[in-house]
Amino acid sequence: MVALMPLGKFLLPANSKVGKGKTFAAPAGATRVKKFHIYRWDPDKDENPRLDTYEIDLDKCGPMVLDALIKIKDEVDSTLTFRRSCREGVCGSCSMNIDGTNTLSCIKAISEVKGDVTIYPLPHMAVVKDLVVDLDHAFAQYEAIEPWLKADTAPPPNGERLQSPEERKKLDGMWECIMCFCCSTSCPSYWWNGQRGYLGPATLMQAHRWVQDSRDEHTGERLEFLEDGMRLFRCHTIMNCTVTCPKNLNPARAIAELKQLMIKRE
Amino acid sequence: MPAYEITDHTYDVVVVGAGGAGLRAALGMSAAGFSTACVTKVYPTRSHTVAAQGGIGAAIGNETADDWRWHMYDTVKGSDWLGDQDAIEYMCRNAIPAVYELEHFGLPFSRRENGKMYQRPFGGHTSNFGEKPVPRSVAAADRTGHAMLHTLYQQCLKHKAKFFNEYFAIDLIMGADGACKGVIAQCLEDGTIHRFRAQTVVLATGGAGRIYFSSTLAHICTGDGGAMVARAGLPLQDMEFVQFHPTGIYSAGCLITEACRGEGGYLTNAEGVRFMEKYAPNTKDLASRDVVSRAMTIEMREGRGVGPHKDHMLLHVEHLGAEFLHEKLPGIVETAMIFAGIDATKDPIPVLPTCHYSMGGIPTNYHGEVLRPTAADPDAVFPGLMAVGEAACASVHGANRLGTNSLTDLVVFGRAAALRAAEVLTPQAEQAPLPKDSADLALARLDRLRQANGKLRTSEIRLSMQRTMQNDAAVFRTKKTLDEGWQKIQEVDASLAEIKIADRSMIWNTDLIEALELENLMVNAKAVMYCAGIREESRGAHAREDFPKRDDVNWMKHTLATFNDKGGIDVSFRPVHTKPLSDDVESIAPQVRVY
Repeated sequence: MVALMPLGKFLLPANSKVGKGKTFAAPAGATRVKKFHIYRWDPDKDENPRLDTYEIDLDKCGPMVLDALIKIKDEVDSTLTFRRSCREGVCGSCSMNIDGTNTLSCIKAISEVKGDVTIYPLPHMAVVKDLVVDLDHAFAQYEAIEPWLKADTAPPPNGERLQSPEERKKLDGMWECIMCFCCSTSCPSYWWNGQRGYLGPATLMQAHRWVQDSRDEHTGERLEFLEDGMRLFRCHTIMNCTVTCPKNLNPARAIAELKQLMIKRE
Repeated sequence: MPAYEITDHTYDVVVVGAGGAGLRAALGMSAAGFSTACVTKVYPTRSHTVAAQGGIGAAIGNETADDWRWHMYDTVKGSDWLGDQDAIEYMCRNAIPAVYELEHFGLPFSRRENGKMYQRPFGGHTSNFGEKPVPRSVAAADRTGHAMLHTLYQQCLKHKAKFFNEYFAIDLIMGADGACKGVIAQCLEDGTIHRFRAQTVVLATGGAGRIYFSSTLAHICTGDGGAMVARAGLPLQDMEFVQFHPTGIYSAGCLITEACRGEGGYLTNAEGVRFMEKYAPNTKDLASRDVVSRAMTIEMREGRGVGPHKDHMLLHVEHLGAEFLHEKLPGIVETAMIFAGIDATKDPIPVLPTCHYSMGGIPTNYHGEVLRPTAADPDAVFPGLMAVGEAACASVHGANRLGTNSLTDLVVFGRAAALRAAEVLTPQAEQAPLPKDSADLALARLDRLRQANGKLRTSEIRLSMQRTMQNDAAVFRTKKTLDEGWQKIQEVDASLAEIKIADRSMIWNTDLIEALELENLMVNAKAVMYCAGIREESRGAHAREDFPKRDDVNWMKHTLATFNDKGGIDVSFRPVHTKPLSDDVESIAPQVRVY
């Protein structure tokens, strides 16, 4: 939506101004109408983005925002473009900004939104089309932390590594992350610094997940990787990440624990 | 047709799909030194493996004594003797090292006090050849699929597998020599067309559950691999066998794991009666899924369903206690609250049987090699093509899959495919040039749909298909409904000629992708309906009211459905492998299947 720009230039680029789009009126006889204002941008046209308005009869629509999006695509405007898959809050595809908050459209009840529903793509990400943003960089950052078990000690050939329930419990609240990137894209520091090296809360929580895993033997190396001005320490404890997480996880806490470990290390 | 510019790629192996099976195959192929591309229509972590909940079946015996032979017996019995016993032996034996391997990869399994991996009981899994339920499901809380998918993705990153994320595979490239040569795909992000040449293509495209109106499956489960294979003139196997999971959440259809019952949950009808005691006196609520789904359907038909429409049942876990539920079944507590407004720690969850799994699929041997059976050789291999996971039919699940065996299937056969490739292929071997017309079929299909300007929306045709399947090919079937269903599904199929799409662009055109997916779904739907009409017996998930008994004399054989030029289906058969792989276990002879 907003191209990267140097700090200090506060005007939005001209092509990011969102104009008013088309309105699709509710069908005759609709009983309980709600308006959905949805961000549209067509990469094939040399036009600014716009907000189209769709009037939906809630009596003929499922309970979630994703149900409304699918209803629009199925019955009103099949050009509307968004990602979706599991429709039950576990795959992370349908993350977007709904009513001002980043969340998953499949588990966001329409009834939770007072008044009209406004839907934008995840903030401060390059938009590919409508509600689809480019996540390649976010996934590349995830890859950069080398998110796999590193151990020099060979595991038992015919058995598992042992891990006590207490050790295993340290991973709870982190391994459940579905990589929807609601948190990272809600973080003002990530907006400014995401392209310049700051890893953002989603990836940092996974970095901490591996630091906390009793089976991993490369904690020092993992912390060393975070030891620069950008990757970790551009977190300024704003905590939008934790507020917005649709899975009720707490990336801010994971980052705080990582920072403590870094200080202890010195 | 406008000229579409094509970008060419050559790899040793191209894996289509990045769920558990595709990732395990890609990982193994990369580790074996093959240049490997993984082409996937969604980011790997979005694949439907992520939704698997209850666990992975393996007889590691961490809770009580267990034996892979018992696991094999349960799987053969669960399959209602339609599963191939060589493949089942291979799976149950290799499940054990496969699970240890996942742990070594870093999968965050739940743990017992002694530090070993936690296991829970699951439907149809027993000790000592059917004696009593055994804890065999190795679990990461109730998010085992999520843990597995992410772990395998991480391992693929470690092994530098090359991902083509958000590329939609359109069709296979078939050589004149009767072998698969590659696949054509479209990159969603910029709309470009890509031609992948490979020594072997591995189809790991998942199930086709979206052919039904009510499904636990993700929107992306559109049977793409099976449809590509069918369009290439190869058969699909045992397509009539579709699993209905007993506990899809009422109305939304999201999965409520069988682990609820494994951990001590139970079902009741409108009278508050635990009806499963009547249908499966020994294992009760932990009977096999087909048995429980039929019991629920009978209860509802006989007027003992819950609610004003008597159209669902109740699943109780509240007696297990809030603390236990938050530790062992946290995802279920969350899903029940979000989709039913129920606090599962206090109240029962409304559930009903919901389409969940395709037992049928692309026929393979236990190496994952795709079969093109002939009269002389029912196990003839089709070169250059493999299939793994739900897309494939090895056949380890036969007529009914046991809970937890899907994850077992994914890793065991994903791994097997890579092991086989290492035996029969050479990394970086020279590949013959592709014929000039290698992309024509796929591009003609793409272009026809992109320009489609008929009268019917994709969503309208899809809904007609889903309703037809739901009405005429669900839990119980009869000749009358299946004959009508076949007529109707042919009409719906014919209506594809009238499809229209509104988005003509090439970039992220989901209007087009949904149309391509609908064509794929339709192939699967037709095969299910037609084969269900052919099979005149009841076996596993295929319950014919007009043929209520299993008929081993005439029907202990696999169905093969091949699409002919007229859009019809030619059916042939293939014997079941009743002989195990080794002498370590005896063939399990058919018995009456009671739980």
